[in-house]
Amino acid sequence: MLNERSRRLVLAHFWIAFIAFVGALLLGEWQMWIRSPLHAWLGNPDLYYRSVTAHGSAMGYVFPTLVAMGFGYAIVGLSLKQPLIGLRWAWAGFILVVLGTVCAMVPVSMGLASVLYTFYPPMIGNPFFYLGIVLVVIGSWIWVALMSINLHAWKKANPGAPVPLPMFANVAGAYLWAWTSLGAAIEILFQILPAAVGLTATIDAGLARIFFSWTLHAIVYFWLMPAYIAFYTLVPRAIGGRLYSDVMARISFVLFLVFSMPIGVHHLFQDPQVGAGIKFVHAVFTAMVSIPTFLTVFTICASVEIAGRLRGGRGLLGWVTALPWKNPMMLAVAFSFIMLGFGGAGGLINMSYQLDFAIHNTQWITGHFHLIFGGAIVIMYFAIAYDLWPDLTGRALPNGRLMRTQLWLWFIGMIVMTFPWHYVGILGMPRRMAYYDYTDPALAAMAVPVVITLAGGLLLVVSGLMFVYILLHAQVGRGRSMAGEGGTPALPAFRFSQPVHMPTRLPLALNGFGLWLALMIGLTLTNYGFPIAQLLVQPQTSVPAVMMKARP
Amino acid sequence: MSAQRLLSWKNRWTTVSVGVVGATAVAAAVIGFVWIPEIQGSGRPASLWEAICSAAGVITPYRNSPGVISNARLPSDVVITAQMMRPADGLSIGRGATLAMQCTVCHGVRGMSMAGSPNLAGQVDAAVYKQLRDFKTGHRSNAIMAAMVAHLDDQAMRDLAAYYAYLPRERLPENGLPAAPVPLLVTNGAPMRGIGACASCHGAGAANAATPRLNGEPASYIVAQLNAFANGTRHNDAHLQMRNTARHMTAAEITAVAGYYEAN
Repeated sequence: MLNERSRRLVLAHFWIAFIAFVGALLLGEWQMWIRSPLHAWLGNPDLYYRSVTAHGSAMGYVFPTLVAMGFGYAIVGLSLKQPLIGLRWAWAGFILVVLGTVCAMVPVSMGLASVLYTFYPPMIGNPFFYLGIVLVVIGSWIWVALMSINLHAWKKANPGAPVPLPMFANVAGAYLWAWTSLGAAIEILFQILPAAVGLTATIDAGLARIFFSWTLHAIVYFWLMPAYIAFYTLVPRAIGGRLYSDVMARISFVLFLVFSMPIGVHHLFQDPQVGAGIKFVHAVFTAMVSIPTFLTVFTICASVEIAGRLRGGRGLLGWVTALPWKNPMMLAVAFSFIMLGFGGAGGLINMSYQLDFAIHNTQWITGHFHLIFGGAIVIMYFAIAYDLWPDLTGRALPNGRLMRTQLWLWFIGMIVMTFPWHYVGILGMPRRMAYYDYTDPALAAMAVPVVITLAGGLLLVVSGLMFVYILLHAQVGRGRSMAGEGGTPALPAFRFSQPVHMPTRLPLALNGFGLWLALMIGLTLTNYGFPIAQLLVQPQTSVPAVMMKARP
Repeated sequence: MSAQRLLSWKNRWTTVSVGVVGATAVAAAVIGFVWIPEIQGSGRPASLWEAICSAAGVITPYRNSPGVISNARLPSDVVITAQMMRPADGLSIGRGATLAMQCTVCHGVRGMSMAGSPNLAGQVDAAVYKQLRDFKTGHRSNAIMAAMVAHLDDQAMRDLAAYYAYLPRERLPENGLPAAPVPLLVTNGAPMRGIGACASCHGAGAANAATPRLNGEPASYIVAQLNAFANGTRHNDAHLQMRNTARHMTAAEITAVAGYYEAN
């Protein structure tokens, strides 16, 4: 159980994350309405790009980072059963993230930094936007350091003992983030900020894109980590089963560490500054990420089957109907896997050099990453919050039906929104445009699917607001309390899933990260070394920086 | 102790994982750098080394390249950058005012024309300077302007640009009639015809250097220029941006856009 100080820390992270999430959610729906056939063309398209920048920055940088940080701090207390070392530093990191968010959002809302969350040099916005992002990242690096310090303190106190799986996975995610955020940090500090403050008049946009791709792909796996930790360490317990294999889980997490980072050039398949051979190597390693993904799908399905059979399910598929479908965690993991399946299938097309040509920079891409991140990952963030809330607030979540409705709405909304996006993407609809001429015969067929996406988005808005209501209601309401005051029985103490076989000894490789960090860094150098070095020494690769101004 | 044992070739986890990752990398590199360039039909590399360099993205000159075509006809000699105009000082504006005496017949005493010639008062300095240079070099042709700029040197053209940028643009008093709606082409363009919004370059917030402001320019002048861009008699837009835009505009759209800018 968490002590009072840790609870306050985790709750602060979660609440700011969810507030940013709801704000960005509303902006997202507004953007869909603006560019749908139901709204006349926006007279000032700059407003649209302001909104896209705010939506992407909040959803991409602030929301998942705070969830991962808060969940990580909770894991230290709950799985290592030790008070968090460096509580003051943790608050300092949190304050940096909040300050950074405000610092970035002020110029964005003033229209001084409509460069999107992917920055897109040679467009250059107000320096405070980038400084804000840097503060968010530095705040998260404090978290990385604290996770490492807490793990090593535990290892020192428990020599040779297997690190609890939640903490092992959590630190894997922290190390992954530390290394992958370096790319965007280099891009901002050495390329964009000098141009933004006027020290340089030109910028090597191609090199900047390579550095951003270093961050851009693995950041998704950083977002994914809390969801995967929940798959392995919360789901089996919540539905009354056991984790099929603890060792398989560890192998999945270390493989993510190795393979999710040096593959980002598949975002640059249409970029001329990277050679075709480099692109091919990155495509091959992108395919390697399917190994830990499939390991996870197998292990979690097996764990869920254990739960189904323990509940009396028989036969080939009888265990499926025996599952506790009224349990929010059960619903969340099922929805998450369905969306991960469709999103993963779409991802196979994105990572194929030739197939990517058909859908590059179309709404297909928007559909793909909303299905993976907004769908498969965020629905697990909901489940994590529901699962931890009683321990964090000391109060039970009173309304199971409301939680189930919320998860159903999110799932249906996400499918209704992203499937038509994939479809219009195949028709060739470009993404990131503020308006489309639906009266043109070439685009007329896209009008109805676009309106359908808007309806899906509306379901997401309703679901997102319900999520916040459920959490708020439980925290300030008069629900059953943990302590069991007033004659009601106390809530059970928090615990993580138990594996079928609890490991008593682990190979050194699976109880630490040395080998995997070495492989991660080594593979990054081989896959990124040449393209970066080549552009660094090649003369005349820079273009004039284009300063963004607000359009009145 | 533990780190030493882990990172040693005696640890099977280390040998297997490093071996598998290394073998994958080598196999991917052989396929991507050697095999695929070898079997791709067109532009087959001359040697293995050339294939590897090409796949790695090493920049090499084209084989049988015609090189830079030196006698190509450029749309303009002026290199447009954000810093092409120095900040104007009073001396420069004063010289420009004197030089501008000879422009007043067409462009008005205070830069406001009564003759359908462009109003220059308050015009972007880089825009005036670029057009003067283009008239002088012949990239833009006009019988009167060619004679007027023949004797101007570079500093004189900069002074004129500074002077006209300094003059306030005088406006007629409001006539009290309701303002006409802004044409969609001005705010949004026509995406399916490849026409960008006029306002994205010719607007108060637009950051493009050497792009003139159009508000308050005579409609007859804007119509004439758009038609000249469309039929190619005017061709000093560096990237064909105005020629490509004007070609796709209808006569009615040209009239509407010109009327809007004259009135606003």
